[in-house]
Amino acid sequence: MRASAGDVSAQVRQGRVSATSITERYLEAIESFDGKLHAFLTVMAGYAVEQATRIDKLVEMGKDPGPLAGVPVAIKDNLCTRGILTTCASRILENWRPPYSATVVKKLERAGAVIVGKTNMDEFAMGSSTENSAFGVTRNPYDADRVPGGSSGGSAAAVASGLSVVALGSDTGGSIRQPAALCGVVGMKPTYGMVSRYGLVAFASSLDQIGPFGTTVEDVALIFSVIAGHDPRDSTSLKVRRDVDTGSLVLAPAGVAASGQEGTADAPDGPMLDEDAYIWPAGHSLLDGAIEGLRIGVLEEITSDAAPDVRRRVEEAAAALVSLGATVEEVSIPELHYALGAYYLIAPAEASSNLARYDGIRYGLRVDAEDVTSMMSRTRSGGFGSEVKRRIMLGTYALSAGYYDAYYGQAQRVRAVLVDAFAAVYRDYDVLIGATTPATAFGVGEKTGDPLAMYLSDVCTIPSNLAGHPAISVPFGAGDDGLPVGVQVLAPALGEPVMFRVAAAIESAARSLPPPPVCFADGMGVQSDMGDGHA
Amino acid sequence: MGMSDLVGYRGYEPVIGLEVHCELDTLTKMFCGCPNSFGDAPNTNTCPVCLALPGSLPVVNEKAVELAARIGLALHCEVRSSIFHRKNYFYPDMPKDYQISQYDEPINVNGWLELPASGVRIEIERAHMEEDTGKTTHVGGGGRIHDSSFSLVDYNRAGVPLVEIVSRPDIHSSEQARQYVSELRMLLVSIGASKARMEEGSLRVDANVSVRPEGSGALGTRCEIKNLNSLRSLVRAIEYEIERQVDLVSTGQVVVQQTRHWDEAGGRTIALRSKEEAHDYRYFPEPDLVRLDFDSDRVARIAGALPPTPEQRRARIMSLFDTSTGADLVATIVEMGLDVLVISAIEHGVVPDRALSRTANEAAARVEDALNLDPGTYARLLMMEQDGKLTPTQTKAVLQAMMDSGGEPESIASTMGFEAMEPDAMVSVVTGIVDAHPDEWQRYRDGESKLAQFFVGQVMKATRGKANGKEVIAALDKLKADAL
Amino acid sequence: MDKDDLADTPGNRISREQVAHIARLARLDLSDEELDIYTDQLCAVLDHAAQVSSIDTSSVSAASNPLSAANVVREDRPAACIDRDEVLSMAPEAEDGMFKVPRIMEDEP
Repeated sequence: MRASAGDVSAQVRQGRVSATSITERYLEAIESFDGKLHAFLTVMAGYAVEQATRIDKLVEMGKDPGPLAGVPVAIKDNLCTRGILTTCASRILENWRPPYSATVVKKLERAGAVIVGKTNMDEFAMGSSTENSAFGVTRNPYDADRVPGGSSGGSAAAVASGLSVVALGSDTGGSIRQPAALCGVVGMKPTYGMVSRYGLVAFASSLDQIGPFGTTVEDVALIFSVIAGHDPRDSTSLKVRRDVDTGSLVLAPAGVAASGQEGTADAPDGPMLDEDAYIWPAGHSLLDGAIEGLRIGVLEEITSDAAPDVRRRVEEAAAALVSLGATVEEVSIPELHYALGAYYLIAPAEASSNLARYDGIRYGLRVDAEDVTSMMSRTRSGGFGSEVKRRIMLGTYALSAGYYDAYYGQAQRVRAVLVDAFAAVYRDYDVLIGATTPATAFGVGEKTGDPLAMYLSDVCTIPSNLAGHPAISVPFGAGDDGLPVGVQVLAPALGEPVMFRVAAAIESAARSLPPPPVCFADGMGVQSDMGDGHA
Repeated sequence: MGMSDLVGYRGYEPVIGLEVHCELDTLTKMFCGCPNSFGDAPNTNTCPVCLALPGSLPVVNEKAVELAARIGLALHCEVRSSIFHRKNYFYPDMPKDYQISQYDEPINVNGWLELPASGVRIEIERAHMEEDTGKTTHVGGGGRIHDSSFSLVDYNRAGVPLVEIVSRPDIHSSEQARQYVSELRMLLVSIGASKARMEEGSLRVDANVSVRPEGSGALGTRCEIKNLNSLRSLVRAIEYEIERQVDLVSTGQVVVQQTRHWDEAGGRTIALRSKEEAHDYRYFPEPDLVRLDFDSDRVARIAGALPPTPEQRRARIMSLFDTSTGADLVATIVEMGLDVLVISAIEHGVVPDRALSRTANEAAARVEDALNLDPGTYARLLMMEQDGKLTPTQTKAVLQAMMDSGGEPESIASTMGFEAMEPDAMVSVVTGIVDAHPDEWQRYRDGESKLAQFFVGQVMKATRGKANGKEVIAALDKLKADAL
Repeated sequence: MDKDDLADTPGNRISREQVAHIARLARLDLSDEELDIYTDQLCAVLDHAAQVSSIDTSSVSAASNPLSAANVVREDRPAACIDRDEVLSMAPEAEDGMFKVPRIMEDEP
C-alpha cells in the first residue's frame, strides 16, 4: 500500500528509517515509473538528497525536524523554487530559475518535507487534462490512454502512482479537485486567502489557491495545516486562528497576528520546530467530531448532470452519511447555471493581464525582431501554447473598451450573486456534497479540439472558486469503466474543519479502489500486505 | 488688424489643465521594500516584485498612502476610501506590462490650489496614487528614441510611489501654469510629501492645452504635451502649443486630439508615435490588493499632523505685521523656506521689520547656508542687534560667520572683538568729535541736519564701527538740546 | 468595423477584424489560420459566457473576495534587493548593468 505522510514522518522522527533512504527509494521509483506517466517535469534529485541529509542530521542531534519529516512531496511547476527550473509547462519559461522560493515551499521545507520534483501541468494552469503542457501530456495511472485531469495532472498522477507521498497543486477552477477525482486521490482547495499565493505563478489572481493532494484525507489535512497561515507578502492572505473551544476557524481581528506562521518571509531557513504554530497543533484533531446531527445538502447543480455511474457514487456517499446520523437533503442553487460563464470571463480577463509580463525583456524566452513591439509579439506568439493564447484573447476582449461592463463587470456581479446564494444555503446546511467531475477520466485527445467541451468539465468545481470557499474531492470507488470517481465536499469560507470531518467519513465509507497499474507501493521499504498492483 | 488681435492670443483664450506627477518621499517603493533612491547604479534597487518576476505580489507601502492623503488634505480634497486598478499596456519600462494605478475610486477628489499672486483658485479634480515606470536609455541615433539602434532599461525607478495631481482646465495662460506648478511644488516640499525636484524627475508635468474664441464657453479639441522637465519648458511648450493651435483654428483648420512631446532643443511640440490600440487600457480592479479604507478619524489624524502649507506659512508671517505691505517679499521668503527664521526672530522679540529685512537681505543672499541656521540661534543674533549689543555692520559680519561655519552669535561676536560700546564711552567719543569740528557743529546746531551723517561717520571711524549710528544721532541731539 | 456598434451587447458574433485588433492589443502575432480558428472559438465561448447577461444583478455590486480585509499595508522599511548579476542573468540580453531591448518605435502611450 502507498505510504502515508503521517507514517513516514513518524518513522523518520523516531529514527526508525532515514529520510535519505526514503528519498532515494522515491527518486529511484520516479526514475523507473515516470517514463510511463510523465508526471514530473523536473526531478530534484540532488536537492532532495541534500534536504533529506539535513533532516537526518536533525534527528541524530535529537532535534525535531517537523511534522513532515522526510515526507517526499511533489510540487506543481508553477510554484517558484529558488535556483530550480519553474516552467509552468510553458516554452516561454522553459529555462527560468527563480531567484526566490514560494512561501508554501519554505513552509514545507521548514516542516521537514523533502521536495522531490516539479510536476507537469497544463501550461500556466490553463486546462483540465494536462494536455496543454508544452512538454508532453501526463498519463492517467489507471489507464495510460486517459488524461489525469488538470491542470495539476502531474501532481495527481504522482500521488496516485505512489511516486510521491503527497503533492501540491493549484486550483483556479478545479485544477486540484478534478485531477484528484480522475486519478483516485484526495485533493483540496482551501478557502481563498488561507494559503499564501506568494511564489505561485499567477493565472487568475482572485481565484487561484494552492492546495494539497494525498492518498488520505488525513494526509491532505496535515499538509494543509502546514501550508496555511498568514503571509505578509500576500495582501489577500487571511489572518485566521483556530478557536480553542469550538475547533472552528475564525478571522483574527485586524492587527492581531494569526496563529499560522507569521512573517516568515524574511526568517532564516530552518525547520519549524514549534508545532503550536500550525493551525491544528495536535496534528489530526480536525478529523475528530461526529457526523451525527450535521445538515448536509446534495447540491443538484453539480450532481444531476453527471454521468449515472458518478451520480450513483454521490448517492452512496450521501447514504453513508445518513447512516452516520447526518441529515441529508437535496438542495438547489439555480444561480450556479451562470457560474461557468462568469468563470470563463473573469479567469481569462485576469490571466490576460497576469501574463502580459512575459514580454521577452527581463526573463524567459525572447524571439528576436527589429523593434521592441515586434519582439514582444513574436516572443509571446512563439512562447505561449494555443490554449494560453485563446484565454489571453478572450480575457483581453472581455476587458476591452466598450465590453468591460457587459462581460467582466457583469461576471463580477454574477459572482456576488453566487456568494449571496451560497450564504443563503449555508444558513440551513453545514456542508454540501456532489460530484467532482461530470464523468470519469476522458481519453487523451478526446476534447482538445473543442475548448467549450473541455471547459464544461470544470462545471462542478468552479462554483467554489468563484465564491472563495473550500472544497475537497474524495475518491469513492470506480465508475462503470473501472476508473476512479470523486465525491466533492463543499463548505463555506473557513469551513475546512467540518469539510475535513465529512470528507473523512465519506472516505471511510468508500469502496476502496485498487492501486493503479502503474504504482510504486513500497516507499517505506516494507512489503505491502495489500498487493502492490504490479501484477 | 483689430485691437483684439494685438493682445492675448489673437482673440483666442487658452484652456489648460495640468497633470503633475510627483514621486513620494518614502524610503521604499510603492509595493516592495526596495529603496526609493535616485541616482544609484542601474538595476541595483530591484526585487521579484518590482521586476515583475512570476509569482511575486505587491503589498502597499503605508507611508505612501499617508503622504498621498497629506497631499489631498493640503489641496483641500475629499480624502476617501479607495481601490487600485490595473492599467494595461505594453511598454519596456513597465515590468508587469500593466501599471497599478487608481481609476474610478481614487484616494483624493475635488480640491483646489490658490495661486499666491492673484488669489485665483485652480480646482483639483483628483490626486491619485500609482507607481512609476523604469528608465530607458536610447543608444545610437544621438539618443533619440526612434533613431536609436537599441535601448537599455533600468528598473530602479520602477515601482517608486507617485501621486498624480490632475487639475481642472482652469488655467488660461502659460504664466498661470508656471505659478500653479511653482506653488504646487512648494506645497509638496512644504508638507514633506515629495522632494519635487524637476531636474531629477521627481516632479513631472503633462499639460492639456486647447484654445477657444474669447468669450466662448465651449472647450476646443485638446492636445496633451508630455516631457515638461522644467518651469521654463512648461512655459515655452504651452506658448508654442497655443500659437500652433491658434494658427490652425484661425485659418479654418482643425486641431487633432493627440499626445505631443516637447522638443526642448527644437523649441516645438511633436506628435507622439503610438498606435490607436495603445489607448485601450483595459482597466480593472487590481485583484492582488485590497481596499484602502479611510474613515474620518484617520483623516483627522493625518490632518492634525500635517505640516503647514506655503499658503499657511505666508499667512502666518503676514499676521505678525501690522500692514499687508511686503506681501511679495513674504512670498519670496516662504518660497525660499526662510520663513521659519523670520517667525522665530519675531517670536523671540525682534521687531517684525528688522526680522524680515535681515532675512530678506543677508540670509536670502545665501539661501542654502541660511537654511542650515538654527532659527533660535538666528533670533538671538537679531536680538543682540536690537538691544544695541551689536551694530548693524557687526551683526552682518557675525551672520556671515554663522552661515560660513555655524556657531553661537555671542562667542563669534566676542572672537571678532565686537564688544558693544558702553553708552558713556560712546558719548565721550561723540563729545570729542564735536569739539574737534566746531564749524560743522555750529552749522548742525543751526539746522543743517544732513551733517548728522558726517558726525556719525567720524564716530564710526574713531570707534572702528563699534558705535551704533542711531545712538550717535541720539547723543548729538542730546548735546544740541543741552547746549540750548 | 466600428466596435462600438457591438458594445454592451454580448452574444453578438465577434468579427475576424475584432479578433485581429484584440491580438494586437495582447501583443500576439497570429497567423491567418489562427485568426480564423480563434474567431470561431471565441464566438462559441462568448456565446456561452454571455449567459451572464441574463441574470439580474441590479441589487449587488461587483464582488471582491468576501473575506478580504481592508488596509493591508507594510511598513516603509527597506528590504534586501536581489543581486544585480542574478537579476541580469535571467535576461535574454543585458548590457552595462541594464536590460537590452531592440529599438522602440512607439512612444509611451
